[in-house]
Amino acid sequence: MSISRRRLLGSAVGGAAILHYGRMGAFAQAPTIKIGILHSLSGTMAISETTLKDVMLMLIEEQNKKGGVLGRRLEAVVADPASNWPLFAEKARELIARDKVAATFGCWTSVSRKSVLPVFKELNNILFYPVQYEGEESERNVFYTGAAPNQQAIPAVDYLMSKDGGEVKRWVLAGTDYVYPRTTNKILEAYLKSKGVADADIMINYTPFGHADWQTIVSSIKTFGAAGKKTAVVSTINGDANVPFYKELGNQGIKATDIPVVAFSVGEEELAGIDTKPLVGHLAAWNYFQSVKNPDNDAFIKAWQAFTKNPKRVTNDPMEAHYIGFNMWVKAVEAAKSVDPDAVIKALPGVKAPNLTGGISEMLPNHHITKPVMIGEVREDGQFDVVWQTKDLVPGDAWSKHLDGSKDLIGDWVTRNCGNWNTKTNTCGS
Amino acid sequence: MNHRHTTLRDRARAIAPGLASPALLALAILFLLTCFASLPARAQDYNAALDKFLSDSFPDTEAGIAGVQAVGDPRGVPVIEALLDRRLLVNQAAKAIVYRDRAGATFDARTGEPAAAPDSPTTVRLNNRLRGIAQAALGAMTLLSPDPTRRRQAAEAVFRSRDASALPAIDQALARETLPSVRDALRLARAAIVLTDDATPMADRIAAVDVVSASADRDRIGLLRQVMNRAPAELKPALEAGIAKIENVLKMREIAQTFWFGLSLGSVLLLAAIGLAITFGVMGVINMAHGEMVMIGAYVTFMVQETIRNSAPELFDYSLLISLPLAFFVAGAIGVAIERGIIRFLYGRPLETLLATFGVSLFLQQGVRTIFGPTNREVGAPGFMSGYFEFFGLQITYGRLWIVVFAIFVFAMLLLVLKGTSLGLHMRAVTQNRRMAASMGIRTGFVDAMTFGLGSGIAGIAGVALSQIDNVSPNLGQGYIIDSFMVVVFGGVGNLWGTLVAALSLGVANKLLEPFAGAVLGKILILVLLILFIQKRPRGLFALKGRAVEQ
Repeated sequence: MSISRRRLLGSAVGGAAILHYGRMGAFAQAPTIKIGILHSLSGTMAISETTLKDVMLMLIEEQNKKGGVLGRRLEAVVADPASNWPLFAEKARELIARDKVAATFGCWTSVSRKSVLPVFKELNNILFYPVQYEGEESERNVFYTGAAPNQQAIPAVDYLMSKDGGEVKRWVLAGTDYVYPRTTNKILEAYLKSKGVADADIMINYTPFGHADWQTIVSSIKTFGAAGKKTAVVSTINGDANVPFYKELGNQGIKATDIPVVAFSVGEEELAGIDTKPLVGHLAAWNYFQSVKNPDNDAFIKAWQAFTKNPKRVTNDPMEAHYIGFNMWVKAVEAAKSVDPDAVIKALPGVKAPNLTGGISEMLPNHHITKPVMIGEVREDGQFDVVWQTKDLVPGDAWSKHLDGSKDLIGDWVTRNCGNWNTKTNTCGS
Repeated sequence: MNHRHTTLRDRARAIAPGLASPALLALAILFLLTCFASLPARAQDYNAALDKFLSDSFPDTEAGIAGVQAVGDPRGVPVIEALLDRRLLVNQAAKAIVYRDRAGATFDARTGEPAAAPDSPTTVRLNNRLRGIAQAALGAMTLLSPDPTRRRQAAEAVFRSRDASALPAIDQALARETLPSVRDALRLARAAIVLTDDATPMADRIAAVDVVSASADRDRIGLLRQVMNRAPAELKPALEAGIAKIENVLKMREIAQTFWFGLSLGSVLLLAAIGLAITFGVMGVINMAHGEMVMIGAYVTFMVQETIRNSAPELFDYSLLISLPLAFFVAGAIGVAIERGIIRFLYGRPLETLLATFGVSLFLQQGVRTIFGPTNREVGAPGFMSGYFEFFGLQITYGRLWIVVFAIFVFAMLLLVLKGTSLGLHMRAVTQNRRMAASMGIRTGFVDAMTFGLGSGIAGIAGVALSQIDNVSPNLGQGYIIDSFMVVVFGGVGNLWGTLVAALSLGVANKLLEPFAGAVLGKILILVLLILFIQKRPRGLFALKGRAVEQ
């Protein structure tokens, strides 16, 4: 009684509720294994993160149907950090210290990940982070199942420079003004220049979060594209701003055959809110598309649509990342025969789990995973056609090879027990 | 027939520079003769070209398009069209190639006769490069089409592809063409080919520069700049003059465009702020839930469209018109409920009103998120609001134009209500001197509720318009609340005309700053300027004078 009262108080103070999905059943004897889910269910990021909470609930439910893990039932503990970055840290502390979760799956924005990092380090727990991000990080307690820049941005640019991509010579790097686009664009700019692209052929543009009036920017992209060289837009525009951006592209008649836009944050979910007819042919770079034909993927989509009771519900890349991450965690726990974070962190590198596009992803010593890279073209029905993909899975680089400060660094938690090992000086941390 | 000529001549020309020896020339002639002799093989060629589509691999599809274009069979036109629209279905095992027309009927690509769709068909995919090639091929094949729109589109496709093999067909089409607009498009396409082909005589190329620079747009300047990159010295002066000529026109146009963008942003600000001009401006309630009223209006539009899609799709073009009164009443009713339930207890306590309405705004957001889900909802644009038209070379999108018109209409209606109706009179009386109005027999409580309802309802119909340009998501309102307060405070609290002027000038100022300062810094600069302005004139642009100020 007193516990539940304290909980009530805690959630009232935090301004968000902690839900417990617990039903005592066949596993009543052994204590459950708790898994934390730390995704915003309210506020700006709810649009993307709610889906990830649901997919985790589905994966946990399915695992329980298969008999749980180590003969114990899994129990999801859902926390709502409400798109409020400091609250992420507070909720992470609650999950680990009070609810004693074995691992946490969560975060979307880089700033939320940075905000919970100290908590996971201090309390020694595991975070699975499912979103493509800017890299330049490798932490002992974090496992990055989304793409690093070399698994998304660099291959996408390579594709556009190839014959099939249109041999692009002029580049617009458009992004939302925060850490992920700024770092990614810095890497891309260095990469493009190393490929001989002149300064005058690169245009960089940042817009605030939720930017709604794209008239001037779209018009300046058109002007920039009228220089007699093939032009493309690399978009790291994030969140709500994408819909008005694409609407404006359609309105001003920018066709993919003239100026293609390749996006790193626009997937099936984002396209569900717009009329995609004018966007046919624009591109997105991901490691997964719902349209990929594969028995595992078909089964996943079917299960997801049944779980959400919505036959039109789409799947996307970060959902696949959670799918891979969760299965890796299950395998690591079974290998370690324990849910103790130290044992699981040790067991995770080297674990292999199938992804949904027909390959087997592996957890690397730098806590990133191997993934295929795909370029998809927007179809009229809001899905993507894969027009190009890497032959093999690409291992994720924690540190970019194209930036001065980071090209000598590697993350290696297996032999060197270090997230930023300098291969030149053979020291950790510089 | 012509296309056969075209390709052969082209082939011959491509070989020609290498043909120094007469023996090779003879060989070439022999080659030509055999080609002419093999005319009956055309059907075979056509089928062979179509077979390339079966494997649905990009290199094969490219060969298929080139093959169909080379054969020049009229049956190929709907096939390429279908390919471009993802309507070309194949089954490799059954060797079936079928295209579906826009109505959904299926035809055999080999014969053009109706045929059943193959079992488990694959749609032939394209990428952007192949899409360009297919469009160029379609253009070259339809230059002589009887339909003038298609001829113009064909000419535009050739302009974009600058495909030299289309030159004879263009010349033939030009000789026949009578419509001036199509003639211009054909001439431009011809000039593009001539300019990019280094083999044409210099005089022709210089003449082509004149044709291209006769009118100004970005495609034309793009072409000239492309040629400029590797032009011989004799051509450069003409190109430079042509580029300069177009640049001048474009610069003028850009200034006009900036003002239009500013006007359009201003009208969005006006729409968002005008409801607040009533609740905050006239009543003095700091209404943080104003943005959520806009959001509710947008969701009403979504629901109306959803109902129409499911039960009466033919009404879709009227969906916004139907949404307007509904959004007004739904948002208005919620506004009245908020006023009667919360705000009336807090009059004269602005800080508490601020907190209470902020709470209401969170409550409404999460309510909508629970009911409709956190993801964006699709609100479609009716036919009359999509696309754009050219106005003295300016591209004006219909959606933006209608929003400007609508904002002015809403403003005029509101002015009429406030100045011309007894409700408006009562509103002004109550807000100017509540006790005096009450002693005159005005039900002040009722008038308060109606005023707040009116402001909220207007925010609701703003939501209908904003659903056309922004996300319909629970966060929609948050993006507008700060801008709305900015407009009302800048314009002068309690003055509708001030709101109008403030919205339009903030819009234009924002757009003037954006190209230089960027979107992020531009917004910051506007805020800083506004703060400085408020320091100087705390009551905004058009301050109320006289006794009303005391309130």
